Amino acid sequence: MNGAGPTPQAAKSDQVIADDLVKRFGDFVAVDHVSFRIARGEIMGFLGPNGAGKSTIIRTLCGLLRPSSGRAIVGGIDVARDPEAVRQRIGYMSQKFSLYRDLTVEENLRFFGGIYNVPRIELRERMRFAIDMAGLAGREQALVGTLAGGWLQRLALGCAVLHRPPILFLDEPTSGVEPASRRRFWDLIHSLASEGVTVLVSTHYMEEAEYCHHIALINHGRLIATGSPAELKRTAIGGDLLLLECDAPGATLEALQDAPDVRDCSVFGDALHVLVGNAEKSLTELPELLAAKGLRPRHVAQIPPTLEDVFVQLIAADGAAQRAAA
Amino acid sequence: MSPEQPIIQVDGLIKRFAEFRAVDRLSFSVNRGEIFGLVGPDGAGKTATMRMLAGVMRPDGGAILIDGIDAVADPEETKQHVSYMPQRFGLYEDLTVDENIRFYADLFEVPSPLRRERASRLLAASGMTHFGKFRAGQLSGGMKQKLGVICALVHTPKILLLDEPTTGVDPVSRRDFWRILYGLREDGVTIVISTAYLDEAERCNRLTLMHSGRALYCDTPAALKKHMPGTLIAISSADGRAVRSAITGKPGVSQVLLVGDGVHAVVDNADMRIPQLREDIRLAGVSISDVAVAVPSIEDVFVALLETGEAK
Amino acid sequence: MRIRRLQAIALKELLQIWRDPRSLMIALLMPFTQMFLLGYGVTLDLKHIPICTFDREASQNSQALLKHFEASSYFTISRNIRSYPDLVDAIDRSDCKVAIVIPPDFSERLNDTGRSTVQAILDATDDNTANIAFGYAIAVVSGYSNDVALDTLDRQGAQFQQIQPMTVQSRVWFNEDLESRNFIIPGVVAVIMALVGAQLTSLTISREWERGTMELLVSTPVTPSEVMVGKLAPYLLLGWIDAAFCLVLATFWFGVPFRGTVFTLFATTTLFLIVVLGIGYLLSVLIRSQIGASQIAMLLTMLPTTLLSGYVFPIDQMPTVIQDITYLVYSRYYVTIIKAIFLKGAGIPALALPILFLLVYAAAVMTLAARAFRKSLD
Repeated sequence: MNGAGPTPQAAKSDQVIADDLVKRFGDFVAVDHVSFRIARGEIMGFLGPNGAGKSTIIRTLCGLLRPSSGRAIVGGIDVARDPEAVRQRIGYMSQKFSLYRDLTVEENLRFFGGIYNVPRIELRERMRFAIDMAGLAGREQALVGTLAGGWLQRLALGCAVLHRPPILFLDEPTSGVEPASRRRFWDLIHSLASEGVTVLVSTHYMEEAEYCHHIALINHGRLIATGSPAELKRTAIGGDLLLLECDAPGATLEALQDAPDVRDCSVFGDALHVLVGNAEKSLTELPELLAAKGLRPRHVAQIPPTLEDVFVQLIAADGAAQRAAA
Repeated sequence: MSPEQPIIQVDGLIKRFAEFRAVDRLSFSVNRGEIFGLVGPDGAGKTATMRMLAGVMRPDGGAILIDGIDAVADPEETKQHVSYMPQRFGLYEDLTVDENIRFYADLFEVPSPLRRERASRLLAASGMTHFGKFRAGQLSGGMKQKLGVICALVHTPKILLLDEPTTGVDPVSRRDFWRILYGLREDGVTIVISTAYLDEAERCNRLTLMHSGRALYCDTPAALKKHMPGTLIAISSADGRAVRSAITGKPGVSQVLLVGDGVHAVVDNADMRIPQLREDIRLAGVSISDVAVAVPSIEDVFVALLETGEAK
Repeated sequence: MRIRRLQAIALKELLQIWRDPRSLMIALLMPFTQMFLLGYGVTLDLKHIPICTFDREASQNSQALLKHFEASSYFTISRNIRSYPDLVDAIDRSDCKVAIVIPPDFSERLNDTGRSTVQAILDATDDNTANIAFGYAIAVVSGYSNDVALDTLDRQGAQFQQIQPMTVQSRVWFNEDLESRNFIIPGVVAVIMALVGAQLTSLTISREWERGTMELLVSTPVTPSEVMVGKLAPYLLLGWIDAAFCLVLATFWFGVPFRGTVFTLFATTTLFLIVVLGIGYLLSVLIRSQIGASQIAMLLTMLPTTLLSGYVFPIDQMPTVIQDITYLVYSRYYVTIIKAIFLKGAGIPALALPILFLLVYAAAVMTLAARAFRKSLD
């Protein structure tokens, strides 16, 4: 799956649209003809290596950068024409949860309420909502600096949605947070999404990517794949993944280098992950091939690929394609 | 020191910061030539443990034996054969790549010709051959990591201690990094690596799953997964929330989790519960495409272990 | 101590100093500016004190006395007053610091009784200057008085051999011009070395802790002594350059006479540098924050060195308790040494005692610093 395909929901309710978006910094093309759509209530994950252009795309969508060409439409507003209006319609949560550690929970909420111009009458109710969502009822007067990771994360989310933005941008939202807290956080995100909030998440964490409805993979400023996690795992890996447990992973790896139909091979703990064209064929062929070289794997089986496998394969394939085209 | 004995032995290790117990009677052992993981979320005590192993922080209790040497009584003795890579970049930003490598080679008294040969080999393996004259401060994050590893390896240590070297690094670079580690393992180096990425646990030979300064589990990843209390099932559906409401609270069901393409849950007995749940879902009027047993990730095991309060 | 590790640390430190504009500025610019500021700014001599004269007699005698004042290089006559209100006004406006009033019966009394008085009115808002000016005024008047006495004897036709009155002929040794500059500037060099030296090294350890590079360094087999000697060596080199620079300035620009040998100067200066660099290093080891270490270094070097080292305020004029305290002030020994080398041409044997004190100091500081350096984050 590639490029500009619309997501399953109706195009009319697309809240975030990037249309042939390009951003240049001098000669450097940071965003290279990227197109995608995110429907209302959808959670889209942005994945990509460092420097791939994820942050640039997000900043453009937030109205912080002007596109060099193409359009970005957020909440129905053309970002290039009216960046200020766009910012009213989005909430942003950054990696380090920019909360003020020497202010209390309530003071932080009040501060962000002011920043986002939440009307007084509404603010009290929204603050109540945020506090309950974060589970901080009864701790409104606690200094934020005394809260642990999970609380901070939920509070930061609360601050980002005080003004009921229809669109939410999350930048690496769960770095350094415990798994249990992370799950609770994602529950909240899903709950917001079910109420119609559109969410765009930028992340490295493959586990996080699994929580998204759709994923967009960015590499060198280009969109190289989109789809749901399940779709990508099924179709994008370009083969079948085998698990090969053995006693001598190094030697086995070498032996498989020129094996027929082996697309990629890497060590994984005490085993190898082998990407082959056809699992059935290789399940019988490979053990024979290895036996001929005096290597006896303990166990060979097909395993479902993880998103990380998909990610790495796609990036590698893209890299190869780029080199071939050059 | 017989080869069967562990090269690192930690017993009842304790570290306090004022009232807070960062490391709370931690015990584990590392075998010669293996890649051992200290795995756990932030705040688990990984960095404190690594620092005590490296001899840059004093334990408040317990024992550490490194290659037969009492590392608590005599940390300096252990430093000749151990290389440490702290979480925070520890090299000199105002020195060049070459100067940093040379500095650490000199500290371990590596003969010059050997240093030159090793340095060029390591730089080539990292794709940094032409970066010798760059100041370390000018390098990208990924390259800084690689430089850290090169400086740690220039004197061929027996033991390599890496504190969260892959945090914030994208999956492609992470895979490259692990390739380097596996190469080192082939050369017989023992590696202790700490990580907050639970999925990296699967790449280690053995690991210790840590939480709040304690070890929840210490064994191979495969054994760890078998130790999962219950079975993980995956229900594919477009309406995850409805599925979740339908099955939460049902007997034998715990840890119901919304994921992108449906719901994950842990059941006590798959054969018994799956049909029951299918029925519950049907009654609730929700459409699903599949219910199947799934392989738990290390994170699933971690959360389940925490939940049930199990510890080794 | 392994030489290779030592060399590695020294080389690294040298490269870092070279590439850090801030420490280079402290090392090279600060002494330069301090030499000029302190060298020109501080002087204890008073010359050309402005005075007013109020000659109420206006006779030959009174004019003769005033001519003595005019001739003196200590005084400059700024105004001739004609009334007391004018005099008050002149002093108020600081047109003069001293007013010399000659009474209307000056000559009359001199002829009658052989004695007369002259009034000096002083602006004592600046107490020191007033006292000194008064002393000079007395000297001028004495000069006049002598002349009058000899003159009188002569007119009386003394038929005896002129008795030469006994005068004390003072011969100033070692600082003949009594130029205060000559005795201050060597002290200034000591002050600058003390300040700059400690500032340079006070950051070296604390900076590495703050940047995170120390965590990696202490995980290696390097020893505290190797770290100390390796880190101090480049700073010693810088210190030599600074000292040479200041001393050359002192001799060739400020014209302070240099009577000693270069060898003695070099040896004693090296010893002093080791002490001050060592103190800065010790502070850096004890205080792991850069800002803290640098501020304490400033405090512990600036105050004792400027007030208690004897560079401008003589130690033997201080209360006894304070005098005892100055034995702890390391810069005091170097001030003594450097003044002695410059102005007296003293050699090492003559300076044995202060050198010994500095040696003890150096040994103490280095031992403390090596012991205090813990290869641990806590």
